[in-house]
Amino acid sequence: MSHDHLNAIDATIAHIPSPGEQFFPPFSVTPELEAQVAELITHYPEGRQKSAILPILHIVQKQFGFINPASIEWTASQTGVSAAHVLGVVTFYPGLRQKCPGKFHFRICRTLSCAMSGAEDLFEVICRKTNIDPASINHHEPIGVSPCGMWSIEQVECLANCGNGPNVLVNDLLFDKVTPEKVDEIIAKYKQA
Amino acid sequence: MSEETSKLPKDIAAAEGKVNVQINGTWYQFPRGMRIIDACKSVGVHVPTFCYHPKLAIAGSCRMCLVEQGMPPRLAPGQAPSYDAQGYQHIQWMPRPIIACANTVCENMGIKTNSPLAEEVRAGVLEFLLANHPLDCPICDQAGECKLQEFSNDYGKLKGRYTESKTKKGKNLSVGPNINLDQERCVLCGRCIRFMRDIAKDPVLSFSQRGTHNAVTIYPGRELDHPYSMNVVDLCPVGALTSKDFRFKMRVWFLKETKSIDVNCGTGTNITIWSREEQVYRLTPRQNDEVNSCWMPDEHRLNYRFINSPQRIPQPVIRTDINAPHRASTWEPSFSALAEAIKRVPADQIAIIASGRMTNEELYMTRLLAEQIGTKHVDIVSRVKESDGMLISADRNPNTTGAQVILGLENPGSQLEMIRDGVQRGKIKAILCLGEDLTSPEAGFKAQDFENLNYLFVMDHTASDTARAADLVLPGVSFAEKFGTMINVTGRIQRLNKAIEPIGYAKDDWTILQSITKALGSNSPAMNAVSSMDILSLIGQEYAALENINWGRVGDCGLQVLETGVTIPLIEQEKNPQG
Amino acid sequence: MSISYLPGKEPHPKETRRIYKNIFREGWDTSINCYLADGGYSELRKALSMEPKAVTDEVKKSGLRGRGGAGFPTGVKWTFIPPNNTKPVYLICNCDESEPGTYKDRYIVHQDPHQLIEGMIISCFAVGAHLGYIYMREEFPIAAEIMEKALQEARANNFLGKNILGSGFDLDIHVHRGAGAYICGEETSLINSLEGVRPYPRIKPPFFPAAIGLYGCPTIVNNVESLCQVKHVIQMGGEEFSKVGAQRSPGTRIIGVSGDVKRPGLYEIASGSITFGELLFDLCGGPKEGHEFKAVIPGGSSSKVMRTDVKYSVKNPDGTNGSISFFDIPLDLDSIAQHGSMAGSGAVIVMDDTRSMPWALNNLNHFYAHESCGQCTPCREGCPWMLKLTTRMLEGKASPKDVDLLLQVANQIEGKTVCAFGEAAAWPTQAMVLKFKDEFLALTDSFNDKLPHSTEAKEQRRYFTR
Repeated sequence: MSHDHLNAIDATIAHIPSPGEQFFPPFSVTPELEAQVAELITHYPEGRQKSAILPILHIVQKQFGFINPASIEWTASQTGVSAAHVLGVVTFYPGLRQKCPGKFHFRICRTLSCAMSGAEDLFEVICRKTNIDPASINHHEPIGVSPCGMWSIEQVECLANCGNGPNVLVNDLLFDKVTPEKVDEIIAKYKQA
Repeated sequence: MSEETSKLPKDIAAAEGKVNVQINGTWYQFPRGMRIIDACKSVGVHVPTFCYHPKLAIAGSCRMCLVEQGMPPRLAPGQAPSYDAQGYQHIQWMPRPIIACANTVCENMGIKTNSPLAEEVRAGVLEFLLANHPLDCPICDQAGECKLQEFSNDYGKLKGRYTESKTKKGKNLSVGPNINLDQERCVLCGRCIRFMRDIAKDPVLSFSQRGTHNAVTIYPGRELDHPYSMNVVDLCPVGALTSKDFRFKMRVWFLKETKSIDVNCGTGTNITIWSREEQVYRLTPRQNDEVNSCWMPDEHRLNYRFINSPQRIPQPVIRTDINAPHRASTWEPSFSALAEAIKRVPADQIAIIASGRMTNEELYMTRLLAEQIGTKHVDIVSRVKESDGMLISADRNPNTTGAQVILGLENPGSQLEMIRDGVQRGKIKAILCLGEDLTSPEAGFKAQDFENLNYLFVMDHTASDTARAADLVLPGVSFAEKFGTMINVTGRIQRLNKAIEPIGYAKDDWTILQSITKALGSNSPAMNAVSSMDILSLIGQEYAALENINWGRVGDCGLQVLETGVTIPLIEQEKNPQG
Repeated sequence: MSISYLPGKEPHPKETRRIYKNIFREGWDTSINCYLADGGYSELRKALSMEPKAVTDEVKKSGLRGRGGAGFPTGVKWTFIPPNNTKPVYLICNCDESEPGTYKDRYIVHQDPHQLIEGMIISCFAVGAHLGYIYMREEFPIAAEIMEKALQEARANNFLGKNILGSGFDLDIHVHRGAGAYICGEETSLINSLEGVRPYPRIKPPFFPAAIGLYGCPTIVNNVESLCQVKHVIQMGGEEFSKVGAQRSPGTRIIGVSGDVKRPGLYEIASGSITFGELLFDLCGGPKEGHEFKAVIPGGSSSKVMRTDVKYSVKNPDGTNGSISFFDIPLDLDSIAQHGSMAGSGAVIVMDDTRSMPWALNNLNHFYAHESCGQCTPCREGCPWMLKLTTRMLEGKASPKDVDLLLQVANQIEGKTVCAFGEAAAWPTQAMVLKFKDEFLALTDSFNDKLPHSTEAKEQRRYFTR
């Protein structure tokens, strides 16, 4: 763990600096965000605003890149639960990130079918091509970010496109049958964007 | 065959709302809907558990209570059930064990807690629990009362096969003013989380992470500082949550357990006093579903340090000259000196200020003393604050109800002002102060009031400003050093048991009162009593409300003797969860 | 109207396209107009003209079994709602498709959202639900958008909302996205996730969703494909539906093949209409050039692996015992179950002679160790233990004893956990170790038994030998 100086409790919300942060605004509660959340809560029966925790966190993560303590506390206040409760939810799901990814976040499937089609090698290829240090990735910090902050990578479990491996999800878009050449194309495409 | 004998066991049981269940080969009847675990417990069959707690929501997650289970075979359409000679159906045992905490008994069910399957499953769960456990029992406070340790000994494999690296988690984390957390020792039963969520209603604890990295945590910056937080220490089956107060103080197997009650308020929370060699090390709540369920407020739990404090008065002290310092004395001369002093003051100028913290027996002796002297100026100091809505009663005296009954006080504390006034106007010249500090805000005396007195006698266990002003101080004992009974706010009489011997030369309060009354010439039957149990029996002969009361009848969990109409909020909530 | 498909995406002649009728269809898009032009939502009109109970009866009659993996009869599941229920009823579509190997629902929600919505509305009508959720896995962000848009369209056309098509039936459906946890595919875990608490599976009893589900109310959780099938049940009638494919698991099934075949992909077949041989050789084009099939995981990663080179015993019609090869086993629930595995979610993972079974198992153990929710002891502690054992085997640091231990750990998990994840995690290990034990033993050395494994022990040893 990179937070050796912190105790295990403080480490649960400690800020992990990431070069990707330059591409996202810092967390703040805007009127738009409040309106979005108010609308989300209507998706659930009266008094069940706790259900909106995940959707709220998704919006926060999408807009601000990752979930920081302020957003945890704000989500708790919006849904009427304790901050500890939201923390328990956030730390459960691999899809909720407490470290900011790069501007373009590669999620590469590592499960059997993709692994059989070469995902392990592909992971290293992407790391190399995006200048990400694979050694920086471990259970506690599953996301590796390139020094420029443009790219990040995370090995994830099954992306459910098993017949067309290896699969890589870049932000919201899925790329299948990814080869090293295709990685070059993807990088080139996003560099232009 | 008569109609009666042809009835099957299932029909006989059903008539009473019960079902027949075979546990380890023996048939029993249990009420329908009873949890298997409770059914087993009620017939003396032990089922080990971690996450199950009778007062908390069922989690079913530790899997420690897995038992082998069977039901009658499923019948083919049209097939009639067959019964054995005793009238039970054949039990078809299931290959898959079930948890005894979440499942309830049903008709013709079979349970085995001692079968090879059940034993193997239990050993397996324990092996898993120990896989990532640090095995630091030698430095763990829980050792000796650790469920993981006990169950591993009773049901485990005794030899671990896990040789891989262990999952690392946080150790020695302060999570609140009174509690430390060790995440590696935790078995993730979640009792603490459920207690804080459902009982304390302060959900500061949560699980974090997932899988093998799961850990109990608190939100950084928050504290587990609820007034009832230390109950999680009792709830924790292992050494994950430990009391800072008790940490590293004493191995639990050296401690003696004494059943008693909390004397910090009128609830009379049932407690266990843990002591060794005349030293009290901790107090823990003791289950009593009519009084305190399984819980206790932290403030009361931690209020025991005075027992062994240097402020205790170890022997009688006397002052013969107003300007001279107190000097140590012995008991017999003190009694005769006091008797002489009392006799010198006219009876109607003597006031006795007793205490709502006294036991019934002490109050009874106080009554005899007052009668012997012939004074009517007898009252207690009342302490009424706000209830905390859980267990702490508005009445901070543990035995106001007893004082009402024994001393016949209709409105305890109401005479106090008259006495104070009497002192100030010179109408009261002597005060016998029993177990109170009159300069406390509740009693309301000022130090200069004592200058109007000819004689001030104090019986107390700890030095106070009143004691410092007294002509004679006789050292009584704390709640941990005596036997006695008190009546709580709901009208339940409960026992105090003696955990340690009196500190120094201190004497049990009732014997002090007995000696004084005797010295004043009383020949009441109470003068021959040799224990507070004798006094209680005398009380039982004298008071209609406590008719035939005696030590044995009160029992460990007390006896409802009055209906005061006062309730304990937490108990009401437990009995009517919806309300 | 004849249907044509995009080049290279044409169905195989042995397929029966029903759920997948519109997948990779020429000129097809996700809009409601496209769906309506194809006759969409007419089954909804038909269902709304029936009594809800009659809809349920048709589904029961059809013999439709859940397509999520467990194969529980859908209509029967619906009838578990307590008859005297007064609470609201909820219906949740389980689109948390995450069983490794399974990717059939992805194409439905990405390409044919209205089929799912129609099936869902009919199902909600049958069970009396006025609020439904589509629990969409987080890794389908585009599908979530497509689905939201489709729901909007359905609302605009009064297929959702108040008084749907004048029937007096009210319903709204929302998309609720997960956040990357496999366990949320377990229905009670999914419900907890939707409630906004940590998605630990609930204990059953008492938390059977049909009685005590979302917000403590009766809740039906059905897989995407199952809900789509409901539409076809209404279209065909239960009786007719039940005649398609295998008698005890009727209807079409989508088989998703991945791994070492020439043409991996998704194939919709009438259940039991083809054998593994036909699937792997005819539809999928056989093994890769120069290789042979070695093993098949027939129903998602949790199902027990099957060897392709052994004989499977069967009862002949005349009552005698016979045997068939793996390739002769028909693709239906009962046939596969009979031969020691399960059809599960229809995800077939094929491994050829180049594959190391310990490597494959280690990959799956990593998955299960990572995805274990950690609520109950055997799974939380056992899954990482199995992973550590297989990792050590791959590193050549295991002894033959460790192979037995691996199997025992799996046995110690199976059947002792809160939810079926315990079985799902234990079965791959049990089957792999039993069926390919030689491969595991080949990686071991009895000398390793004497070596310390844990980092703690290694540290200690270094200290003593320094």
